[in-house]
Amino acid sequence: MKAKVEVFLKPGVLDVQGKAVENALHGLGWPGAANVRVGRVVTFDVAAANAEEARTDVEAMCERLLANPVIESYRVEIVP
Amino acid sequence: MKAAVIVFPGSNCDRDCKTAIERSTGATVDMIWHGENDLPEGLDLIVLPGGFAYGDYLRAGAMAALSPVMEAVRAAAARGVAVAGICNGFQVLCEAGMLPGALMRNAGLKYVCKAVALDVVNAQTRFTAAYGEQRVAVMTVGNGEGAYFADGATLDRLEGEGRVAFRYRDNPNGSVRDIAGIVSDDGNVLGVMPHPDRAFEAALGSADGATLFQSILGRA
Repeated sequence: MKAKVEVFLKPGVLDVQGKAVENALHGLGWPGAANVRVGRVVTFDVAAANAEEARTDVEAMCERLLANPVIESYRVEIVP
Repeated sequence: MKAAVIVFPGSNCDRDCKTAIERSTGATVDMIWHGENDLPEGLDLIVLPGGFAYGDYLRAGAMAALSPVMEAVRAAAARGVAVAGICNGFQVLCEAGMLPGALMRNAGLKYVCKAVALDVVNAQTRFTAAYGEQRVAVMTVGNGEGAYFADGATLDRLEGEGRVAFRYRDNPNGSVRDIAGIVSDDGNVLGVMPHPDRAFEAALGSADGATLFQSILGRA
């Protein structure tokens, strides 16, 4: 099974990188670009009996390593 | 007195720390590779130095926090050994859960390298006791991800318990509540973003960093 994890700074935590990219987009002529957030995508293969088990494993991986729960939230996608 | 400096792949202030501790306190300093499972007997201080452990892969300090030696560091802190994380070492301690909060990208997005004046907020921690009546200490920062962050409740607790050791007088990186250094709830672990190891004698512009090491290990 394939796992895809998206990690972003939590809402309310200032994303200075996103802010800089947003300003750059405005400078390029897209003044309507707003709420830009820059995150990270981690993809990998995961050995599990079923999608549910894979999701439980990957969520544990997020808590332990792939995300920092103090500042980041994550979204897990499992593709059988 | 005896100290150890942990060397991660990508540490670059490990030898600065060794020299700073030796010259300011006269302690003997062992360099300990991160892959070790055990630490020398009889340590009074363990330093996690600045640098870019594991190239800051994933997040600064995230991989180093899982190094084999960190279990021994955690156990030593629980036994009462002083543990100080400087700059990248502070990031490692937060990622390891030995200190609350996290270090984030600087508010100005730039790597900041300059001398900063710090308020010694609490001179009664074991890392600051030698500052005595001295209320301001000058050290240098050198960081790209030095903005301390924690939620409001955590910050209130840190302040209420006297666990903010140092504050920036002129915040260089967007740290919440100007926090530059904190200690753990048992007082054995310090995380500090500015470098005492780059300010241990007057020729370096300031000797105020020496006072931090002398607080733990006594004067040379």
